[in-house]
Amino acid sequence: METPVSELLENNIWLALNQVKDPEIPVLSIVEMGMIAGVKIHEHKTEVIITPTFVGCPALHVIQQNVKDELHKQGIDAEVKIDLSIKWTTERMTAEAREKLEKFGLAPPPHISDDELTEEQLNRVRCPFCHSTDTTLRSAFGSTLCRAIRFCFNCKQGFEQFKPVT
Amino acid sequence: MSKALQQLLYKMADDALIIGHRNSEWTGIGPMLEEDLAFSSMAQDKIGHALALYTILHEHLGQPHPDKLGFMRSEAEFTCCQLVELPIGEYDFSLMRHFLFDHAELLRYEMLTNSSFLPLAQLAKKVKGEIKYHVLHADTFLKQLARGTEESKARMQSGLNYTWPYALGIFEATDNEQDLTAQNVFTGEEELKKRWLEKVSLIINNAGLTVPKVEESKIVYGGRKGYHSEYLKPLLDEMTEVVRLDPSAEW
Repeated sequence: METPVSELLENNIWLALNQVKDPEIPVLSIVEMGMIAGVKIHEHKTEVIITPTFVGCPALHVIQQNVKDELHKQGIDAEVKIDLSIKWTTERMTAEAREKLEKFGLAPPPHISDDELTEEQLNRVRCPFCHSTDTTLRSAFGSTLCRAIRFCFNCKQGFEQFKPVT
Repeated sequence: MSKALQQLLYKMADDALIIGHRNSEWTGIGPMLEEDLAFSSMAQDKIGHALALYTILHEHLGQPHPDKLGFMRSEAEFTCCQLVELPIGEYDFSLMRHFLFDHAELLRYEMLTNSSFLPLAQLAKKVKGEIKYHVLHADTFLKQLARGTEESKARMQSGLNYTWPYALGIFEATDNEQDLTAQNVFTGEEELKKRWLEKVSLIINNAGLTVPKVEESKIVYGGRKGYHSEYLKPLLDEMTEVVRLDPSAEW
């Protein structure tokens, strides 16, 4: 059975999007990050809709351009739109993404069940180096908007975590 | 309605831009590295929020391009409250301003998540999650310093006493605000002030500090109507110094 053309095209688009990394988290693609809010294929153009991780994320314009460039390599002309109507939260990250983060040395965000952010939730973080959960928040702000700084009492090292965002 | 909506978006955006600029002045000179990072990160968030609000004004309400709104308006066209204009001063003042301002912002955005003006409601849902971190930061340090030494406690109290009348100026009424309430865009400054007083009073009391009396405060109004402190003009001059060299330059 032949695969319809639009399905092939959509596959190619997702493959291309998987090549685009978040410049601040180089081990994850924007697909794994959950930043793609939609792909729309029209007759003459393709629309890719991105939902930003943080409103003031300085990497957003770079990501937009990288998406365009990557799709262009596949001969696809795309318009890349930013849309806040689908809200990005850390729950949009895939399980593989969380694993990759931890291997990269960045503790993945704890799962947040509701809309409230509590200190208890913030503290459910294990050290990416020794896997101890005996860790503490040193600063909710780190080297990028999406990172916080923590300290592990077990292996006595500082480490960064991806902040949970609701 | 659109006039009142514009006023709401402008004052929120102007507050965010100016406090963002002030926060950024701590970059490199924070009392410790973590605080340096915190104020710098919050600056980046705030300026992002300002951009998002100016973008709504531009895309939905026919206002000029966000760059023009941020960089090419005169002092009298800004409607930020005077609280955000004040120089960063000592860390105790900046921390107290951050505490009082960010609680008001968080409550404002929480109220706006139900706004009938969809672009603002969507933005509010997003921004709220970010400001929670700002509030968490402010609360942590307020508590620690208020319960620290005699000196740190005294400095937090005097910082609070000084900042309080300015903070109450956040809620200065603007014309046509009743239109926003009538159309379910925003419940209004009075309601926001009420919720804010409850919230910050609780935290201040728990930290062992004394909440200044609202009725005895000489509230600093004017910002929402374009009357500003002596500090806004120099801030705008500095912020726009590069862009004014060649306003037609492409970035």
